[in-house]
Amino acid sequence: MAILLTEHTRVIVQGITGRIARFHTEDMIGYGTNVVGGVTPGKGGGSIFDRPIFDTVKNAVDATGAQASIVFVPPPFAADSIMEAADAGIRYCVCITDGIPTQDMMRVKRYMRRYKAEQRMRLTGPNCAGTISPGRAMMGIMPGHIYLPGRVGIIGRSGTLGYEAAAQLKALGIGVSTSVGIGGDPVNGSSFRDHLELFETDDETDAVVLIGEIGGPQEAEGAAYVHDHMTKPVIAYIAGLSAPKGRRMGHAGAIVSAAGESAQEKAEILTAAGVTMAPDPSSVGATVAGVLQECGLLTAAIA
Amino acid sequence: MDIHEYQAKDILARFGVPVPRGGVVYNPEQAAYRVTEIGGAAWVVKAQVHAGGRGEAGGVKFCRSDHEVQDFANHLFGRRLVTRQSAPGGKPVLRVYVEQASDVARELYFGIVLDRRIERVVIIASTEGGTEIEELTTSRPDALVRTTIDPAVGFVEFQAREIAFALGIEPTQIAQASRIFRAAYRAFRDLDATMLEINPLAVTGDGAIIALDAKMSFDDNALFRHPDISELRDASQEDARESHAADRGLSYVGLDGDIGCMINGAGLAMATMDMIKIAGGEPANFLDIGGGASPERVAKAFRAVLQDGNVKAMLVNIFAGINRCDWVATGIVSAFKEIDVKIPVVVRLAGTHVEEGQQILRDSGLPIVTADGLAEAAEKAVAAVGTRL
Repeated sequence: MAILLTEHTRVIVQGITGRIARFHTEDMIGYGTNVVGGVTPGKGGGSIFDRPIFDTVKNAVDATGAQASIVFVPPPFAADSIMEAADAGIRYCVCITDGIPTQDMMRVKRYMRRYKAEQRMRLTGPNCAGTISPGRAMMGIMPGHIYLPGRVGIIGRSGTLGYEAAAQLKALGIGVSTSVGIGGDPVNGSSFRDHLELFETDDETDAVVLIGEIGGPQEAEGAAYVHDHMTKPVIAYIAGLSAPKGRRMGHAGAIVSAAGESAQEKAEILTAAGVTMAPDPSSVGATVAGVLQECGLLTAAIA
Repeated sequence: MDIHEYQAKDILARFGVPVPRGGVVYNPEQAAYRVTEIGGAAWVVKAQVHAGGRGEAGGVKFCRSDHEVQDFANHLFGRRLVTRQSAPGGKPVLRVYVEQASDVARELYFGIVLDRRIERVVIIASTEGGTEIEELTTSRPDALVRTTIDPAVGFVEFQAREIAFALGIEPTQIAQASRIFRAAYRAFRDLDATMLEINPLAVTGDGAIIALDAKMSFDDNALFRHPDISELRDASQEDARESHAADRGLSYVGLDGDIGCMINGAGLAMATMDMIKIAGGEPANFLDIGGGASPERVAKAFRAVLQDGNVKAMLVNIFAGINRCDWVATGIVSAFKEIDVKIPVVVRLAGTHVEEGQQILRDSGLPIVTADGLAEAAEKAVAAVGTRL
């Protein structure tokens, strides 16, 4: 049933009256996402795209039964919005906002631990493209038409590099069950490992593509999970072979600051864990097709 | 964002960390004057550059007279200091710090960093002051004391005490040391630092604890709430190409190759640079133009890339999601007309409205080379290096 999001998931938009949020809300509704309302403090009682606006996330959850929330709130207030969602009983939150201070995100992660594991909200992002279950629903800013519905899961840090992979798969007739952008920040809601776990237990996913980049320990953690627990094939690419040590490459988290954080080292760690590496970014699609063929899954993937 | 040692010391002093008496100077003449102002019998004169390893690079000197101070300052000003951490070209010395020398009995290490694995702030301390932390982590991991901070309660007193005892601080100085450690943490937390390093933190002959060197970096994402920290930015310490781009709101990193890059999205930018390398070329820069690539923004990005005299070919790779290829193509065409582009430009467009975008490029009659895929684009760019329009 895809992971995290289907056409039935009831979604609210936090910061729905902002310019960018309005643009993407319209796009999400057009794609088939079940957007049931929005939240902008002080604008409660109004409506937008025939959906009600609420002052607080709690009000929105009470009135609409919302289960998921996408956050388009500006960086100074975004951490607060994520915590509000967690406290209101939202189960899945995607935060698109780029530029949230790292210490704010550390506080968010600490705050979310107040709730018991089974009540705890799952967070994707911030600074990400969001999540899409092709043909069903999307919570994000991606162009929905580049994804073909199918049986390969994608987890990536970067938005556009994720699009590149999805487009390469589509060109080969291979579809996607769910694609998740985990974002480029040093402290983020869910890691590669968290999403690998979800794909491993999803009966509509046959294989997973992991698209990482330089900096941070999350690719290595993902590799350890693949080695110890994954039965499904994993294909990966790590961006940043040409990135010099100690320089931040656009994303706040894309900086090689410790051993094991360069693209070469991460590729070695993933290979040792049994992951198939795409030799270069233009052959991600072909590498996936090759692995599916080997596992006897290609026919199912294309059909 | 990095700041100078003297600025970090000024901040730490405000939070209650003792530092030696000192003052910054902007020319050699001021140096002798500062000596009289500061007083004392011996001074340390230090080049202020954004790079570690200044001592061994000849940027620091212990001086016993005001003449010696002035001579060394004279020697430093206008030079480029090449250290183990700086780029090969070094960093210009435009400010020099003069401070009273201290009577050092022991040198300790005290640092605060963000540990991405556990997503917590971690305090690292060691009795091996003066040594590089990277060196300690590999050679003497046992000599490091690591303390994790819970963001909900902060740096608790007993934790500070534990560190002080572990560093072998005398019982009578434990309270003083804990106070200093916690003051440093408050500076880190309140100002959204990403790194704070006091190395060495000295214990003097008369039992005082004092920061002899200090380094701080700040979270760029949090500068909106610290305008006073933003003002400490020193563009002279940055790559000129990067300052130019940063002033125009572009995310740019200068490199040493000759293929200029203009891409949307940080991950795709890194992947495109990888592809250039695989095709046998060298990227001249990282440049993410971001989501809304208006014609003005595209023109700005073109200028930022072409500022680098080493660029001999340019690769534009846009995967339009929210963007539309036709808008981007219009931007490229108008940028081309506006700027006198003299080098070959390879453009790869993909995503929303790609056919319209390619049509606009073809119809423009401009000498733009188009490519469909990532590999083709990189190969064409590498082949184009050295050819002229």
